[in-house]
Amino acid sequence: MTGAQIAARAATQRSVFPRARTGSRVADAVFRAAMYGAIAVGFLALAVLLYEVAHDGAGRLTWDFLTRFPSKVLPETSGIQSAIVGTLYLMALTAVFVVPLGVATAIYLEEYADRDRWYNRLVEVNIQNLAAVPSVVYGILGLAFIVRGPLGMGRVLLAGGITLGLLVLPVVIIVSREAIRAVPPSVREGALALGATQWQTIWKQVLPGSVAGIATGVILALSRAIGETAPLLLIGAAASPRFNPSGLFDSFTALPIQIFVWTQDPDRSFVSAAAGAILVLMLILLLMNSVAIFLRNRYEQKW
Amino acid sequence: MGASLHYTRTRRARGEHAIRIALLAAAAVSVVTTVLIVLSLVRETITFFGEVPIGDFLFGTKWTPTFAGDQQSFGVIPLITGTLYLSAIALAVAVPLGLLAAIYLSEYAPPRVRRMVKPVLELLAGVPTIVFGYFALTFFTPDVLREALGLDVRQFNALSAGIILGLLVLPTIASVAEDAMSAVPASLREGAFGLGASKLQVSLRIVFPAALSGIVAALILGASRAVGETVIILIAGGQVARLGIDPLQGYQSMAAYIAAQARGDIPTGSIEYGTIFAVGLTLFALTLTLNAISIRLVRRFRQVYE
Repeated sequence: MTGAQIAARAATQRSVFPRARTGSRVADAVFRAAMYGAIAVGFLALAVLLYEVAHDGAGRLTWDFLTRFPSKVLPETSGIQSAIVGTLYLMALTAVFVVPLGVATAIYLEEYADRDRWYNRLVEVNIQNLAAVPSVVYGILGLAFIVRGPLGMGRVLLAGGITLGLLVLPVVIIVSREAIRAVPPSVREGALALGATQWQTIWKQVLPGSVAGIATGVILALSRAIGETAPLLLIGAAASPRFNPSGLFDSFTALPIQIFVWTQDPDRSFVSAAAGAILVLMLILLLMNSVAIFLRNRYEQKW
Repeated sequence: MGASLHYTRTRRARGEHAIRIALLAAAAVSVVTTVLIVLSLVRETITFFGEVPIGDFLFGTKWTPTFAGDQQSFGVIPLITGTLYLSAIALAVAVPLGLLAAIYLSEYAPPRVRRMVKPVLELLAGVPTIVFGYFALTFFTPDVLREALGLDVRQFNALSAGIILGLLVLPTIASVAEDAMSAVPASLREGAFGLGASKLQVSLRIVFPAALSGIVAALILGASRAVGETVIILIAGGQVARLGIDPLQGYQSMAAYIAAQARGDIPTGSIEYGTIFAVGLTLFALTLTLNAISIRLVRRFRQVYE
């Protein structure tokens, strides 16, 4: 039934809307209460979650905790240096991998692709589907193709970076496309009319006009990447290493993995260490999101 | 002069062409990714089915791949029912709450409130799943379910993992459903108001049905997220594949099994290694189907109004 049909039916059948009775006013109030309740549950869940984590972990936020290496036996002197360093490395690697690839794909789809060609439609449908593939499946790809199998890198930092890059690639493509699409056609037409080539138009006009939107999207995609646990578990991130990765081909860990390891530890005194690591992870995410919001507000182009 | 102009043009044209090819190559990476995912899943799964009959896998009701000898069994049914059961609990929480939130944001909320509520929901959506898992295990199970509600739950149980999974899915459902309802043209609402309908009637009988395909797409998207979520269930839902629907017991999902199994250092080519891929392929097929349905619904819904 289309909207027009609904409207037509509403217009022809008087009985659709009986006169407001007191009962309906009660229904209205009940419904309002239910809606406020639903919103309140979301707010409350977030508030309690933040409170619990802060309550469990705030005591651990010391310089020692940030700079020491994790210990498998001593919760009190455990730290998260290798996890923080690993997460920062992963973030950088993912960015290096995903930004050129994602933005190039977005430019291709928005500026070059002819929608009538089957291969262009294939790329579009494929990206939509990839965005819905569970992260653990990307982990399987990383395990079978990058860590073992054809690439055979082993359980190294680079394998983690590539896997997370592939995981967030669809997100970066989708947000970059939106940012590029927001640049009005008149900008392109003006540049082309002045004799610029298509690429010059894109490089000098379209990309500068959409860079704020792209940067915002990339930051959000990266914040999703560094919060991921499942793919890194499959790839085989190290549990509580007492060293930082020395290069792309060294073993590594990351904050989510360290949190997972501590949550699983039968010695419950590691729980506060897990909460401390969660706080650090959430602070990093908060910082990234603030930067994204700042970029959006400060540099977003209004056409 | 004319010659040099000509020269510049062809060089330019060649450069433009090269750029186009390079961009197309970048776009091809995402297709290659899909191909590689399918290839790696299928290849190992075929090897796996060389050792375990496909019928035993699909219809067997006992999942004990790590047991020895006679006790070893590869029936995937418990993992599938576990996945569906945990997702069902999550959706039982997330669907009513998410839809109510969506109706509120789309139909009732003043713009000022909307601008405040939406970022909070986005914040909830941005919390890493490991944090939800921690929350379920260290707070929701012991403090809420056991102490406050007096339920006799196991340390790892479906109720806690499912409800917290629901919180994870809630923002997804709320935001996609809200987009669908906001896209319903104002003229429909105005027409109904003109006929004397109340706000509630307009919301539930005009906007909701008009946006139905988009709303269903939101629900399917939420279901697909719940089905594919790994860490919450791995941490709080239990690691024993079991048939049944007792919310106080722990169950394992497909995704959680994959992560739990891959953590061990299983040798490539072993039968346990094969299970990761067979289960992974099953999960991949399930989420792909859900996503295909949702894309189709969203497309249909867009065609109506644009």
